[in-house]
Amino acid sequence: MSSNKESTARTLIVALAVSLVASVFVAGSAIYLKPVQEENRQLDKQRSILAIAGVGGAERSAKEVQDFFNTRIKAEVVDLTTGEIKSDLDPKTFDALKAARDPKTSIELTGADDIALIKRREQFTTVYRLQEEDGTFAALILPIRGYGLWSTLHGFLALKPDLNTVIGLGFYQHAETPGLGGEVDNPKWRASWTGKTLFDADGKPNIEIVKGGVDKNSPAAEHQIDALAGATLTSKGVDRLLQFWLGEQGFGAYLEKLRAEPLASQEGGH
Amino acid sequence: MAKQPTAREVLIDPIFNNNPIALQILGICSALAVTSNLNTALVMAIALTLVTAFSNLFIAMIRNQIPSSIRMIVQMVIIASLVIVVDQVLRAYAFSLAKQLSVFVGLIITNCIVMGRAEAFAMQNPPMLSFWDGIGNGLGYSLMLIALGVIRELFGAGKLMGVEILPLVKDGGWYDPNGLLLLPPSAFFLIGLFIWGLRIWKKDQTEPATFKLAPQVREEGE
Repeated sequence: MSSNKESTARTLIVALAVSLVASVFVAGSAIYLKPVQEENRQLDKQRSILAIAGVGGAERSAKEVQDFFNTRIKAEVVDLTTGEIKSDLDPKTFDALKAARDPKTSIELTGADDIALIKRREQFTTVYRLQEEDGTFAALILPIRGYGLWSTLHGFLALKPDLNTVIGLGFYQHAETPGLGGEVDNPKWRASWTGKTLFDADGKPNIEIVKGGVDKNSPAAEHQIDALAGATLTSKGVDRLLQFWLGEQGFGAYLEKLRAEPLASQEGGH
Repeated sequence: MAKQPTAREVLIDPIFNNNPIALQILGICSALAVTSNLNTALVMAIALTLVTAFSNLFIAMIRNQIPSSIRMIVQMVIIASLVIVVDQVLRAYAFSLAKQLSVFVGLIITNCIVMGRAEAFAMQNPPMLSFWDGIGNGLGYSLMLIALGVIRELFGAGKLMGVEILPLVKDGGWYDPNGLLLLPPSAFFLIGLFIWGLRIWKKDQTEPATFKLAPQVREEGE
């Protein structure tokens, strides 16, 4: 028996059987748990939108987050090329990241166009508006993403109704080095974004992540953010992804349109 | 061959007499990484205990079938599958903790405690005994993690499981936290102190010196 155990045929059979059982076990659990995980991911995203918009996400329960989202946040699908709102696409079901992978609903970016290193940009994407209780426009929340050192950083940028002042910026998904690039999640660093202005007087994107500290007295300080210590490439990535999403390739056209029409007077959905 | 240990022995022994971290010095990496607060330490401890117990159980069940030429890889397949399942479950039911633990749950696969118990115990012993051995070693690991988690979170952040225990100076209290405790190296010092304490208490754990430092030799004429 024991000599038989070491034969080649026996070895192959045991290897196959173990792999088969293990793969069924793993695949089964992954498929079974997927819906719950998906729900968690959605909730986590919604929480981070609320936190970045400065209305507190972490301490709210799942139901509170959903309620808040249903009453105070208005989602819209936007055509990035024209800046028009695509009313025929439902923001609840539209998945911008999926659209970015599909050649039919995205454009390829090459060379100098692809400063955020995302390879493809979706044609349409979902933006969010935070409304006050009475329906007035309080914040615009834009999805942003770009490559850091190891991973694509996925996050949001919240702007005041002047479409220039930052309320908050944050990333809900990335795989940068914990303690170095991972400090993009550091509340202190995130707080340093609040109040900065993104565009200069001509409406050109003007925001820069600088090494060695921001000189508070310089006139450029409102366009500058202190880089993360020990994370040059992640900081550069964040800088470049902002240049991209604020520029013509990103939300340029949409922001242009919004500036032309006074937002505050728009009716408040729902 | 020595007589078979009882379930009680394999369960209790690894907690103080044969602690995987303090005596075998295994699993140090995760003990440094996840113990800056008690929540993550607890989840990691539970995850590792379950993985060790069940990998021991399954490996012991098929120990007589595993050809020795592929035994390591068979153990790895079983351990890796269990870890993936644990990771999936955490992502489904403890999303924010799973996010904090990030890569460390996946790294249970390479945790030497799991592989060590599979190879050293489960390959030679019946399934239920191996299962208890896994639980016991998991408890030994858990004890260390929880002790580290309590000390680091309490004195590093003034909290336990996120609840304030020592009011901090910056919030108007009296306690000035020791920031070093939140950094991974502090766990190194703490583990060192634990090992010292344990070996004073249980003298038989003290290892004989493997070599002696040679006395300094002075050359003639200097």
